[in-house]
Amino acid sequence: MADTAKPKSGSAAKNSGGRRRSRKGTPTAVADESPEVLREYYRRMLLIRRFEERTGQAYTQARIGGYCHLNLGEEATVVGLMTALQERDYLFANYRDHGYAIEKGIEPRRVMAELYGRSTGTSKGWGGSMHMYDTDARMLGGWGIVGGQLPMATGAAMAVSYRGGDEVVMCQMGDGTTNIGAWHESLNIASLWNLPIVYVVINNYLGMGTTVDMSSAEPDLYKRGCAFRIEGERVDGQDVLAVRDTARNLVERARSEQRPFLMETMSYRMKGHSVVDPAKYRSKEDAQEARSNDPLAAFESQLEEAGVLDEDRKKEIADAVRQEVADAADFAENSPHPDASTLFDYTYASPVANESTRMPADPVFAD
Amino acid sequence: MSVITYRQALRETIRAEMHRDENVFLMGEEIGVFEGSYKITEGMLTEFGERRVRDTPISEEGFVGSAIGSAMLGLRPIVELMTINFSLIAADQIINHAPKVYGMFGGQTSVPMVIRTPGGGGQQLGATHSQNIELFYSFIPGMKVLAPSTPAEAAAMMRAAVRDDDPVLFLENLGLYNSKGEVPDNYADDSGPVAEIGRAGVLREGSDITLIGYSRMAALATQVAEELAEQDISVEVIDLRSLRPLDRETIVNSVAKTGSAVIAEDDWLTYGIGAEIAASIQEGAFDFLDAPVRRVAMAEVPLPYAKPLETAALPSVESVTTAIKETLNAVGRRVG
Repeated sequence: MADTAKPKSGSAAKNSGGRRRSRKGTPTAVADESPEVLREYYRRMLLIRRFEERTGQAYTQARIGGYCHLNLGEEATVVGLMTALQERDYLFANYRDHGYAIEKGIEPRRVMAELYGRSTGTSKGWGGSMHMYDTDARMLGGWGIVGGQLPMATGAAMAVSYRGGDEVVMCQMGDGTTNIGAWHESLNIASLWNLPIVYVVINNYLGMGTTVDMSSAEPDLYKRGCAFRIEGERVDGQDVLAVRDTARNLVERARSEQRPFLMETMSYRMKGHSVVDPAKYRSKEDAQEARSNDPLAAFESQLEEAGVLDEDRKKEIADAVRQEVADAADFAENSPHPDASTLFDYTYASPVANESTRMPADPVFAD
Repeated sequence: MSVITYRQALRETIRAEMHRDENVFLMGEEIGVFEGSYKITEGMLTEFGERRVRDTPISEEGFVGSAIGSAMLGLRPIVELMTINFSLIAADQIINHAPKVYGMFGGQTSVPMVIRTPGGGGQQLGATHSQNIELFYSFIPGMKVLAPSTPAEAAAMMRAAVRDDDPVLFLENLGLYNSKGEVPDNYADDSGPVAEIGRAGVLREGSDITLIGYSRMAALATQVAEELAEQDISVEVIDLRSLRPLDRETIVNSVAKTGSAVIAEDDWLTYGIGAEIAASIQEGAFDFLDAPVRRVAMAEVPLPYAKPLETAALPSVESVTTAIKETLNAVGRRVG
């Protein structure tokens, strides 16, 4: 995903607020859930928030290189979605993947170490921000090309189906993805072959600086599976319980009915597309709305009102999270850089081929 | 030993690998009911069923990418792209993803996948259906690109490709499918020869000049060498077979022995694989060269449909022979 395009400013019309925040359903009542579970969701949302804030900070300090796309504002979506997956289920994500990696079961310190490009990172420093991966956690990648992950996730679901397994693949993407060819090809194949996969579109209404309305002829993205006879559902992405319940339903249906589903979560991203994007394409009203739609703050108030969260518990959780994030940063900071001698170890899975590519171009006859 | 076609070598080896390993399956356009545009998969659907022989929609990016995802979970897909020209539609998956997965995730998962695809001119298919664009894929670290020239090589390399843990682009030239050659009796058994990926072959030993080709051009090179032998010119024929990894050592050793080289390629000259080979020779065997390295390649035009134009555009026995004779004349050995 290229980050270099300069957002238009000045005379260009800025994206207005209050666009199309239509949401389905009513907020799920927190009263229906146990206090322990609610506090746990809160803790995890807070962890992603603080982790990402720390990430942004480290990025501006040049401790982290490359591109850096944060989950800020999408914590309810991340936690809700990942809660719906069983441990044995697989996740393919796009480049906005830090929170998903943590939620899928990778230790925050390993995610942070990957951001720092250290050998203790999830991909040993080879992937960076956009490429979190862990075989054991079944986090099968953050992927950097918009929509590149869709065919591969579809194929992973095919492998599950081929073996008669009962795992489900979840494939996360942004709203901009729904207009590329691979979207159509993947949904078509998944439907034809009855694959157990849930395609999840995180609709934060912006593909970089271009709105859904500007890019999608049918901006109700959850409806777009109909061309493939894939049922779609839209949910308020700011509501962790709603996201969880919808995702859980679709994941379990994909598992039991062996067919694909489409889910759209209406989300906000609080900042620009990436850390270096000042989001000048956003109008003041829109930026204000984004801030006022903070899912973490909303959930916190909800839990306080319900008597699930008091000042002591909040402090306890905040302290634990602060400690965990500090530990992750320390771990990353103190981890070794990959040794340059390992440069040729990972081009091919067969070591012989790595030796061959290492053959110098200059005279083969040394003497 | 028996004599079979290139097509049969491929088909029987793939069948044998499917019997050997349940994880091996086929996917592509028209490979099942239609039995393959070039009949490599004839009989496969009947024998293995729909689970293991999958007809896909016309959506190259979708099914090539699906193959990658399935390989990440341990299956071993053999994907057929009807022609290499269509690989461009799937290029994001082939170039951006398949060869990067192993490295980008620090060696946690690999992509044991074979993409089989025919290419090449000479069939009057016009500009967009007559290309040899394997060089795009040979450019990418993480890919393995194989281009066998004989039935025996096709069998041994297909067996190696299916068993390999990395993504392999397996190039089949349309002009080779009906070509015949000797294969060992066990060529399609599990005990049959397995090629060493990354090793070039010496198809014919010689002392006067080195002639380097791959796929159809390696087959053509053998014909050239046979004809020149009758004129007392001893040509050593190198079949690259593996475009990546590339076996520079065999090339350099041969040129060090003969002192001159001609490269024949079924592709455009500029920036091509021949350029890479010429550079390798210059880097590795400069001191042994008695004459500049010559390249014989396709004319740099979109390949025309009309037969006389197409024929004129493609390398031929005559054009390769001329290049060899001119090179030997430059060396000071007067030939024809």
